[in-house]
Amino acid sequence: MTTFDQVLGLGDDALVAAQRLAQWCARAPELEEDVALANIALDQLGVARLLLTYAGELEGAGRDEDALAYLRTDREFRNVLLVELPDRDYAVLMAKLLFLSAFQRLRYESLAAGDDERLAGIAAKAVKESAYHLDHSALWTVRLGDGTELSHARMQDAVDEVWPYTHELVAEAPSLRPAWLSTVDDVLTGATLTRPADAWQPGGGRDGRHTEALSYLLAEMQVLHRAHPGARW
Amino acid sequence: MTTLRDAVAGVEDPELRVVTIEDLGILRDVTVDGDRATVTITPTYSGCPAMDVIRADIAAAARRAGYEAEVRTVLSPAWSTDRITESGRAKLAAAGIAPPGPVLLAISPRCPHCGSPDTQQLSRFGSTACKSLWRCRACAEPFDAVKPL
Repeated sequence: MTTFDQVLGLGDDALVAAQRLAQWCARAPELEEDVALANIALDQLGVARLLLTYAGELEGAGRDEDALAYLRTDREFRNVLLVELPDRDYAVLMAKLLFLSAFQRLRYESLAAGDDERLAGIAAKAVKESAYHLDHSALWTVRLGDGTELSHARMQDAVDEVWPYTHELVAEAPSLRPAWLSTVDDVLTGATLTRPADAWQPGGGRDGRHTEALSYLLAEMQVLHRAHPGARW
Repeated sequence: MTTLRDAVAGVEDPELRVVTIEDLGILRDVTVDGDRATVTITPTYSGCPAMDVIRADIAAAARRAGYEAEVRTVLSPAWSTDRITESGRAKLAAAGIAPPGPVLLAISPRCPHCGSPDTQQLSRFGSTACKSLWRCRACAEPFDAVKPL
């Protein structure tokens, strides 16, 4: 039986990831990358809208996608911490996208074969898009990791910084961990990067305990809707 | 006589104006009950921003044909570029947009300008969610290609 919280978690992961990706628009290292990141953000946002709409119906309290996206506080968001982390470096963005899309692809694949028809339909659509996101972030991880001394150092820093947060992401579906690890390992090996040892495992996002970064992200995302409730184009 | 199906099938894609929603395989079903109609469509990408315009254009086309249409969106089975019709592919190519190959064969598209298979991908993402950016090594022209999905 699919619950409101499950679908909300998936939807919030996609929504917050979309917002972070969109923040790179006009700031990416090259024009093609601006376009690529905006496209990936749009895919994530599209899936988030479908999931939040479904979550609202499961809840049965009359909340639609907009009410859920724009009128909840940080404590009511159920995304994992990984997606809300600030992208202080382009390498951090790519490390986050690599770990996220590798997991989303597996998660959507298993949901697409699941009993909940509505969720299966959304997942079957999203999984094809995730494959492109994984491909893209893997290419960049290899390009930077197996690049110059400086790019290698920054990509390794990014992987080290983000790695602890992957535990919370994958804990959602422990049976997918071996496949996820094998995908990620292949990319890291190809990129001449070292997979960090498992140590600190921060979490709490699924219970609404977030980092400070989420509050700033939500303030920017929600300000217009909160200033003009119910406004339409 | 133009049927409602023909009227709706003729709605152009707002981002790829050379093809219709039928050419793209977005139009799933049209049913009529008196002067009311139900049109079922499916999105190409989950976040395709053209969907709202497509819904509005379908409703307008139906109204011109004398029907009040409700536009429903379904996700299953998920859209694939394999659903683009032969005539749709020909129209895309004629407009300088390389049509997608079969999803299971990851082959580079032929240049829609000179037909050369010697093409190079410049960016995996293009001006819309469904396209990538390429260059032809033979005639040096850049072109958009619809991504296999």
